[in-house]
Amino acid sequence: MSNDPNTGKRLVRKTAVPALIGNPDDFLIVTGLAGPARDIGGMTGDSPNTFQFAGAMGGALATALGLALAQPTKRVLCVTGDGDLLMSMGSLALIGALKPSNLSVVCVDNALYQETGGQPSHTSMGVNLATVASGSGFPVTRDVTTKEELEEAAGVLRQTNSPSFVLLRVDESQAPRFSRNLQASETKTAFRKALLGVR
Amino acid sequence: MNATTSGGDGWQDRLYDQLRAADVTIFSHVPDAGHATLIDRCGADPDAISVPLTSEEEGIGIAAGAHLGGKRAVLLMQSSGVGNCINQLSLIQHGAFPFLTYVSMRGEYGEGNPWQYAMGKAVQPVLEAMDVHVMTASSEEDVQSMTQAALTMSFNAERAVAILLSQRLIGAKKF
Repeated sequence: MSNDPNTGKRLVRKTAVPALIGNPDDFLIVTGLAGPARDIGGMTGDSPNTFQFAGAMGGALATALGLALAQPTKRVLCVTGDGDLLMSMGSLALIGALKPSNLSVVCVDNALYQETGGQPSHTSMGVNLATVASGSGFPVTRDVTTKEELEEAAGVLRQTNSPSFVLLRVDESQAPRFSRNLQASETKTAFRKALLGVR
Repeated sequence: MNATTSGGDGWQDRLYDQLRAADVTIFSHVPDAGHATLIDRCGADPDAISVPLTSEEEGIGIAAGAHLGGKRAVLLMQSSGVGNCINQLSLIQHGAFPFLTYVSMRGEYGEGNPWQYAMGKAVQPVLEAMDVHVMTASSEEDVQSMTQAALTMSFNAERAVAILLSQRLIGAKKF
Protein backbone atom coordinates (compact mmCIF):
# COMPACT_ATOMS: atom_id res chain seq x y z
CA MET A 1 0.00 0.00 0.00
CA SER A 2 3.03 2.25 0.15
CA ASN A 3 2.27 3.85 -3.20
CA ASP A 4 -1.34 4.56 -2.32
CA PRO A 5 -1.86 8.32 -2.03
CA ASN A 6 -5.18 7.72 -0.30
CA THR A 7 -3.91 5.67 2.63
CA GLY A 8 -5.49 7.12 5.75
CA LYS A 9 -8.14 8.92 3.69
CA ARG A 10 -10.63 6.12 3.35
CA LEU A 11 -14.19 5.74 4.59
CA VAL A 12 -15.50 2.84 6.68
CA ARG A 13 -17.02 0.39 4.23
CA LYS A 14 -20.04 -0.80 6.23
CA THR A 15 -21.38 2.72 6.73
CA ALA A 16 -20.07 4.43 3.59
CA VAL A 17 -21.74 2.15 1.03
CA PRO A 18 -25.27 2.45 2.49
CA ALA A 19 -24.79 6.19 3.02
CA LEU A 20 -23.85 6.65 -0.64
CA ILE A 21 -26.57 4.47 -2.12
CA GLY A 22 -29.39 5.55 0.18
CA ASN A 23 -32.71 3.89 -0.61
CA PRO A 24 -31.82 0.95 -2.88
CA ASP A 25 -35.40 0.86 -4.14
CA ASP A 26 -34.58 3.97 -6.17
CA PHE A 27 -32.64 1.75 -8.57
CA LEU A 28 -32.43 -1.47 -10.51
CA ILE A 29 -29.08 -2.75 -9.23
CA VAL A 30 -26.46 -5.02 -10.80
CA THR A 31 -23.50 -5.86 -8.57
CA GLY A 32 -20.09 -7.26 -9.34
CA LEU A 33 -18.94 -10.34 -7.51
CA ALA A 34 -17.61 -10.67 -3.94
CA GLY A 35 -17.61 -7.64 -1.63
CA PRO A 36 -20.00 -5.35 -3.53
CA ALA A 37 -22.51 -8.22 -3.87
CA ARG A 38 -22.46 -8.60 -0.08
CA ASP A 39 -22.62 -4.82 0.44
CA ILE A 40 -25.86 -4.73 -1.55
CA GLY A 41 -27.14 -8.09 -0.28
CA GLY A 42 -26.70 -6.85 3.27
CA MET A 43 -28.67 -3.70 2.46
CA THR A 44 -31.47 -5.32 0.51
CA GLY A 45 -31.68 -8.98 1.57
CA ASP A 46 -31.66 -10.30 -2.01
CA SER A 47 -34.40 -7.90 -3.01
CA PRO A 48 -35.68 -8.66 -6.54
CA ASN A 49 -34.55 -5.26 -7.82
CA THR A 50 -30.97 -6.59 -7.54
CA PHE A 51 -28.96 -9.02 -9.65
CA GLN A 52 -25.69 -10.03 -8.05
CA PHE A 53 -22.72 -11.70 -9.70
CA ALA A 54 -20.79 -14.44 -7.93
CA GLY A 55 -18.59 -15.33 -10.91
CA ALA A 56 -18.00 -14.21 -14.51
CA MET A 57 -15.69 -11.52 -13.15
CA GLY A 58 -15.71 -8.38 -15.24
CA GLY A 59 -19.28 -8.79 -16.47
CA ALA A 60 -21.21 -6.50 -14.16
CA LEU A 61 -20.74 -3.26 -16.09
CA ALA A 62 -21.86 -4.71 -19.42
CA THR A 63 -24.85 -6.39 -17.78
CA ALA A 64 -25.89 -3.15 -16.14
CA LEU A 65 -25.55 -1.41 -19.50
CA GLY A 66 -27.72 -4.04 -21.20
CA LEU A 67 -30.35 -3.50 -18.53
CA ALA A 68 -30.13 0.28 -18.85
CA LEU A 69 -30.59 0.06 -22.62
CA ALA A 70 -33.56 -2.26 -22.19
CA GLN A 71 -35.21 -0.11 -19.51
CA PRO A 72 -34.50 3.50 -20.46
CA THR A 73 -37.11 4.91 -18.07
CA LYS A 74 -35.64 3.17 -14.99
CA ARG A 75 -32.57 4.25 -13.05
CA VAL A 76 -29.92 1.50 -13.20
CA LEU A 77 -27.03 1.32 -10.74
CA CYS A 78 -23.96 -0.86 -11.12
CA VAL A 79 -22.10 -1.42 -7.85
CA THR A 80 -18.80 -3.14 -8.31
CA GLY A 81 -15.28 -3.37 -6.94
CA ASP A 82 -11.92 -2.13 -8.09
CA GLY A 83 -10.83 -5.65 -9.08
CA ASP A 84 -13.91 -6.29 -11.20
CA LEU A 85 -13.62 -2.89 -12.81
CA LEU A 86 -9.92 -3.26 -13.57
CA MET A 87 -10.89 -6.39 -15.50
CA SER A 88 -13.51 -4.54 -17.53
CA MET A 89 -12.10 -1.06 -18.17
CA GLY A 90 -13.14 -1.32 -21.79
CA SER A 91 -16.73 -1.32 -20.59
CA LEU A 92 -16.16 2.15 -19.14
CA ALA A 93 -15.32 3.23 -22.69
CA LEU A 94 -18.44 1.47 -23.98
CA ILE A 95 -20.65 3.28 -21.47
CA GLY A 96 -18.78 6.55 -21.99
CA ALA A 97 -19.36 6.29 -25.72
CA LEU A 98 -23.06 5.43 -25.51
CA LYS A 99 -23.76 7.74 -22.54
CA PRO A 100 -27.00 6.13 -21.31
CA SER A 101 -28.51 8.82 -19.11
CA ASN A 102 -30.12 6.27 -16.76
CA LEU A 103 -26.96 4.43 -15.69
CA SER A 104 -24.76 5.19 -12.69
CA VAL A 105 -21.70 3.25 -11.60
CA VAL A 106 -20.32 2.98 -8.06
CA CYS A 107 -16.89 1.47 -7.61
CA VAL A 108 -16.28 0.37 -4.03
CA ASP A 109 -12.51 0.70 -4.07
CA ASN A 110 -10.68 -0.93 -1.16
CA ALA A 111 -7.46 -1.07 -3.18
CA LEU A 112 -7.07 -4.80 -2.71
CA TYR A 113 -8.31 -8.19 -3.82
CA GLN A 114 -9.89 -9.11 -0.51
CA GLU A 115 -11.64 -12.23 -1.77
CA THR A 116 -8.37 -13.91 -2.66
CA GLY A 117 -6.38 -12.98 0.41
CA GLY A 118 -5.84 -9.25 0.28
CA GLN A 119 -3.35 -8.88 -2.54
CA PRO A 120 -2.91 -5.19 -3.43
CA SER A 121 -4.85 -4.02 -6.47
CA HIS A 122 -3.62 -1.57 -9.08
CA THR A 123 -5.58 1.23 -7.44
CA SER A 124 -3.08 1.02 -4.58
CA MET A 125 -0.30 1.58 -7.10
CA GLY A 126 -1.44 4.81 -8.66
CA VAL A 127 -4.36 3.82 -10.89
CA ASN A 128 -7.30 6.19 -10.38
CA LEU A 129 -10.49 4.65 -11.73
CA ALA A 130 -12.41 7.93 -11.50
CA THR A 131 -9.86 9.44 -13.85
CA VAL A 132 -10.18 6.42 -16.12
CA ALA A 133 -13.96 6.86 -16.14
CA SER A 134 -13.60 10.55 -16.92
CA GLY A 135 -11.18 9.82 -19.73
CA SER A 136 -13.56 7.15 -20.99
CA GLY A 137 -16.28 9.71 -21.57
CA PHE A 138 -18.31 9.72 -18.34
CA PRO A 139 -19.53 13.33 -18.14
CA VAL A 140 -19.85 13.20 -14.34
CA THR A 141 -17.37 11.54 -12.00
CA ARG A 142 -16.58 11.79 -8.30
CA ASP A 143 -13.65 10.55 -6.22
CA VAL A 144 -15.00 10.22 -2.69
CA THR A 145 -12.82 10.04 0.40
CA THR A 146 -14.74 12.20 2.94
CA LYS A 147 -18.23 12.30 4.46
CA GLU A 148 -18.94 15.63 2.79
CA GLU A 149 -18.06 14.25 -0.61
CA LEU A 150 -20.17 11.20 0.16
CA GLU A 151 -23.31 13.25 0.72
CA GLU A 152 -22.82 15.20 -2.48
CA ALA A 153 -22.14 12.03 -4.48
CA ALA A 154 -25.39 10.41 -3.27
CA GLY A 155 -27.21 13.13 -5.21
CA VAL A 156 -25.01 12.62 -8.24
CA LEU A 157 -26.16 8.98 -8.50
CA ARG A 158 -29.73 10.17 -8.85
CA GLN A 159 -29.25 12.85 -11.46
CA THR A 160 -31.06 11.99 -14.64
CA ASN A 161 -29.32 13.80 -17.45
CA SER A 162 -26.19 11.69 -17.92
CA PRO A 163 -24.36 8.59 -16.76
CA SER A 164 -22.25 9.09 -13.65
CA PHE A 165 -19.38 7.35 -11.95
CA VAL A 166 -18.58 7.47 -8.25
CA LEU A 167 -15.33 6.06 -6.91
CA LEU A 168 -15.87 5.32 -3.22
CA ARG A 169 -12.56 4.88 -1.40
CA VAL A 170 -13.14 2.53 1.51
CA ASP A 171 -10.96 0.90 4.13
CA GLU A 172 -9.91 -2.73 4.29
CA SER A 173 -12.77 -3.86 6.52
CA GLN A 174 -14.95 -6.70 5.27
CA ALA A 175 -18.25 -6.21 3.50
CA PRO A 176 -21.22 -7.34 5.61
CA ARG A 177 -21.64 -11.07 5.99
CA PHE A 178 -24.65 -11.98 3.94
CA SER A 179 -25.56 -15.42 2.63
CA ARG A 180 -27.06 -14.49 -0.71
CA ASN A 181 -28.72 -16.75 -3.26
CA LEU A 182 -25.98 -17.91 -5.62
CA GLN A 183 -28.38 -19.49 -8.11
CA ALA A 184 -28.41 -16.93 -10.90
CA SER A 185 -31.28 -18.63 -12.73
CA GLU A 186 -33.42 -18.03 -9.63
CA THR A 187 -32.35 -14.44 -9.04
CA LYS A 188 -32.81 -13.73 -12.74
CA THR A 189 -36.35 -15.08 -12.63
CA ALA A 190 -37.18 -13.14 -9.46
CA PHE A 191 -35.81 -9.96 -11.04
CA ARG A 192 -37.89 -10.38 -14.19
CA LYS A 193 -41.04 -11.24 -12.26
CA ALA A 194 -40.71 -8.13 -10.14
CA LEU A 195 -39.84 -5.82 -13.04
CA LEU A 196 -41.77 -7.31 -15.94
CA GLY A 197 -44.36 -9.59 -14.40
CA VAL A 198 -43.10 -12.54 -16.43
CA ARG A 199 -40.59 -15.24 -15.77
CA MET B 1 -13.93 -4.70 -49.44
CA ASN B 2 -12.42 -7.19 -47.04
CA ALA B 3 -14.29 -10.44 -46.60
CA THR B 4 -16.74 -10.55 -49.46
CA THR B 5 -20.28 -10.18 -48.27
CA SER B 6 -21.66 -12.29 -51.13
CA GLY B 7 -23.40 -11.07 -54.23
CA GLY B 8 -25.97 -8.40 -53.53
CA ASP B 9 -25.83 -8.99 -49.76
CA GLY B 10 -29.44 -10.07 -49.88
CA TRP B 11 -29.18 -12.79 -47.26
CA GLN B 12 -27.74 -10.40 -44.70
CA ASP B 13 -30.58 -7.94 -45.17
CA ARG B 14 -33.05 -10.79 -44.90
CA LEU B 15 -31.33 -11.96 -41.71
CA TYR B 16 -31.63 -8.50 -40.20
CA ASP B 17 -35.31 -8.36 -41.09
CA GLN B 18 -35.83 -11.85 -39.66
CA LEU B 19 -34.23 -10.87 -36.35
CA ARG B 20 -36.18 -7.63 -36.12
CA ALA B 21 -39.42 -9.47 -36.89
CA ALA B 22 -38.61 -11.67 -33.88
CA ASP B 23 -38.35 -8.59 -31.63
CA VAL B 24 -34.56 -8.52 -31.45
CA THR B 25 -33.79 -4.86 -30.82
CA ILE B 26 -30.27 -4.81 -29.36
CA PHE B 27 -27.33 -5.63 -31.64
CA SER B 28 -23.90 -5.91 -30.01
CA HIS B 29 -20.96 -6.03 -32.35
CA VAL B 30 -17.29 -5.49 -32.94
CA PRO B 31 -16.07 -4.11 -36.27
CA ASP B 32 -16.33 -6.95 -38.77
CA ALA B 33 -16.54 -7.16 -42.54
CA GLY B 34 -18.65 -10.31 -42.40
CA HIS B 35 -21.31 -8.56 -40.32
CA ALA B 36 -21.01 -5.16 -42.01
CA THR B 37 -24.55 -5.13 -43.39
CA LEU B 38 -26.15 -5.96 -40.04
CA ILE B 39 -24.00 -3.40 -38.26
CA ASP B 40 -25.05 -0.75 -40.77
CA ARG B 41 -28.70 -1.74 -40.60
CA CYS B 42 -28.98 -1.63 -36.80
CA GLY B 43 -27.16 1.70 -36.71
CA ALA B 44 -29.66 3.18 -39.16
CA ASP B 45 -32.72 1.65 -37.48
CA PRO B 46 -34.44 4.10 -35.09
CA ASP B 47 -36.13 1.22 -33.29
CA ALA B 48 -32.94 -0.78 -32.71
CA ILE B 49 -29.93 -0.17 -30.49
CA SER B 50 -26.43 -0.57 -31.90
CA VAL B 51 -23.85 -1.43 -29.22
CA PRO B 52 -20.26 -1.09 -30.46
CA LEU B 53 -18.32 -3.31 -28.06
CA THR B 54 -14.70 -2.78 -27.10
CA SER B 55 -14.33 -6.54 -26.72
CA GLU B 56 -16.61 -9.43 -27.52
CA GLU B 57 -17.23 -10.62 -23.95
CA GLU B 58 -19.15 -7.43 -23.26
CA GLY B 59 -21.82 -8.79 -25.57
CA ILE B 60 -22.52 -11.55 -23.05
CA GLY B 61 -23.40 -9.10 -20.30
CA ILE B 62 -25.37 -6.95 -22.73
CA ALA B 63 -27.48 -9.99 -23.66
CA ALA B 64 -28.05 -10.95 -20.02
CA GLY B 65 -28.86 -7.40 -18.95
CA ALA B 66 -31.21 -6.96 -21.89
CA HIS B 67 -33.07 -10.11 -20.84
CA LEU B 68 -33.33 -8.85 -17.25
CA GLY B 69 -34.95 -5.77 -18.75
CA GLY B 70 -37.26 -7.70 -21.08
CA LYS B 71 -35.48 -7.12 -24.40
CA ARG B 72 -33.83 -9.41 -26.93
CA ALA B 73 -30.19 -8.99 -27.94
CA VAL B 74 -27.83 -10.73 -30.34
CA LEU B 75 -24.03 -10.67 -30.45
CA LEU B 76 -22.24 -10.34 -33.80
CA MET B 77 -18.58 -11.31 -33.73
CA GLN B 78 -15.76 -12.98 -35.57
CA SER B 79 -14.33 -16.39 -34.71
CA SER B 80 -11.29 -14.81 -33.07
CA GLY B 81 -13.60 -13.09 -30.58
CA VAL B 82 -15.16 -16.33 -29.36
CA GLY B 83 -12.08 -16.94 -27.26
CA ASN B 84 -12.65 -13.66 -25.45
CA CYS B 85 -16.11 -14.77 -24.35
CA ILE B 86 -15.50 -18.06 -22.62
CA ASN B 87 -15.58 -17.14 -18.92
CA GLN B 88 -18.43 -14.68 -19.42
CA LEU B 89 -20.49 -17.53 -20.86
CA SER B 90 -20.63 -18.77 -17.24
CA LEU B 91 -23.26 -16.10 -16.74
CA ILE B 92 -25.36 -17.46 -19.61
CA GLN B 93 -24.96 -21.12 -18.71
CA HIS B 94 -25.43 -20.79 -14.96
CA GLY B 95 -28.17 -18.17 -15.18
CA ALA B 96 -30.03 -19.92 -18.02
CA PHE B 97 -30.15 -16.70 -19.99
CA PRO B 98 -31.24 -16.71 -23.64
CA PHE B 99 -28.23 -16.14 -25.85
CA LEU B 100 -27.88 -15.92 -29.62
CA THR B 101 -24.66 -15.11 -31.41
CA TYR B 102 -23.59 -15.02 -35.05
CA VAL B 103 -19.93 -15.85 -35.62
CA SER B 104 -18.37 -14.90 -38.93
CA MET B 105 -15.71 -17.52 -39.44
CA ARG B 106 -12.06 -17.09 -40.22
CA GLY B 107 -9.46 -19.79 -40.18
CA GLU B 108 -11.40 -22.39 -42.12
CA TYR B 109 -12.55 -22.74 -45.76
CA GLY B 110 -10.05 -20.92 -47.99
CA GLU B 111 -8.33 -18.91 -45.24
CA GLY B 112 -5.12 -17.21 -46.32
CA ASN B 113 -3.93 -15.86 -42.97
CA PRO B 114 -2.30 -18.59 -40.91
CA TRP B 115 -2.87 -16.67 -37.64
CA GLN B 116 -6.60 -17.30 -37.98
CA TYR B 117 -6.50 -21.09 -37.92
CA ALA B 118 -5.95 -21.62 -34.20
CA MET B 119 -9.13 -19.88 -33.13
CA GLY B 120 -10.97 -21.00 -36.24
CA LYS B 121 -10.41 -24.60 -35.17
CA ALA B 122 -11.27 -23.88 -31.53
CA VAL B 123 -14.57 -22.05 -31.99
CA GLN B 124 -16.91 -25.04 -31.97
CA PRO B 125 -15.26 -27.11 -29.20
CA VAL B 126 -14.87 -24.18 -26.80
CA LEU B 127 -18.43 -22.99 -27.36
CA GLU B 128 -19.73 -26.51 -26.82
CA ALA B 129 -17.61 -26.83 -23.70
CA MET B 130 -19.54 -23.83 -22.35
CA ASP B 131 -22.88 -25.48 -23.19
CA VAL B 132 -23.57 -23.40 -26.30
CA HIS B 133 -25.44 -25.18 -29.10
CA VAL B 134 -23.48 -24.69 -32.33
CA MET B 135 -24.82 -24.73 -35.90
CA THR B 136 -22.78 -23.98 -39.02
CA ALA B 137 -24.43 -22.14 -41.89
CA SER B 138 -22.82 -22.78 -45.27
CA SER B 139 -25.59 -21.41 -47.45
CA GLU B 140 -28.14 -18.61 -47.47
CA GLU B 141 -30.89 -21.16 -46.86
CA ASP B 142 -29.02 -22.39 -43.78
CA VAL B 143 -28.97 -18.88 -42.34
CA GLN B 144 -32.72 -18.49 -42.65
CA SER B 145 -33.71 -21.91 -41.31
CA MET B 146 -31.09 -22.02 -38.56
CA THR B 147 -32.09 -18.55 -37.42
CA GLN B 148 -35.70 -19.63 -37.15
CA ALA B 149 -34.63 -22.62 -35.06
CA ALA B 150 -32.20 -20.60 -32.95
CA LEU B 151 -34.74 -17.90 -32.11
CA THR B 152 -36.99 -20.56 -30.58
CA MET B 153 -34.13 -22.33 -28.83
CA SER B 154 -32.72 -19.17 -27.29
CA PHE B 155 -35.66 -16.93 -26.49
CA ASN B 156 -38.27 -19.61 -25.80
CA ALA B 157 -36.18 -22.41 -24.30
CA GLU B 158 -33.55 -20.16 -22.65
CA ARG B 159 -30.69 -21.91 -24.40
CA ALA B 160 -27.44 -20.51 -25.75
CA VAL B 161 -27.02 -20.84 -29.51
CA ALA B 162 -24.22 -19.90 -31.88
CA ILE B 163 -24.66 -19.82 -35.65
CA LEU B 164 -21.30 -19.98 -37.38
CA LEU B 165 -21.25 -18.24 -40.75
CA SER B 166 -18.81 -20.30 -42.79
CA GLN B 167 -16.35 -18.78 -45.20
CA ARG B 168 -18.16 -20.93 -47.77
CA LEU B 169 -21.02 -18.48 -47.26
CA ILE B 170 -19.34 -15.16 -46.57
CA GLY B 171 -16.28 -15.73 -48.71
CA ALA B 172 -12.65 -15.94 -47.66
CA LYS B 173 -10.70 -12.71 -47.25
CA LYS B 174 -8.55 -12.15 -50.32
CA PHE B 175 -4.78 -12.39 -49.92
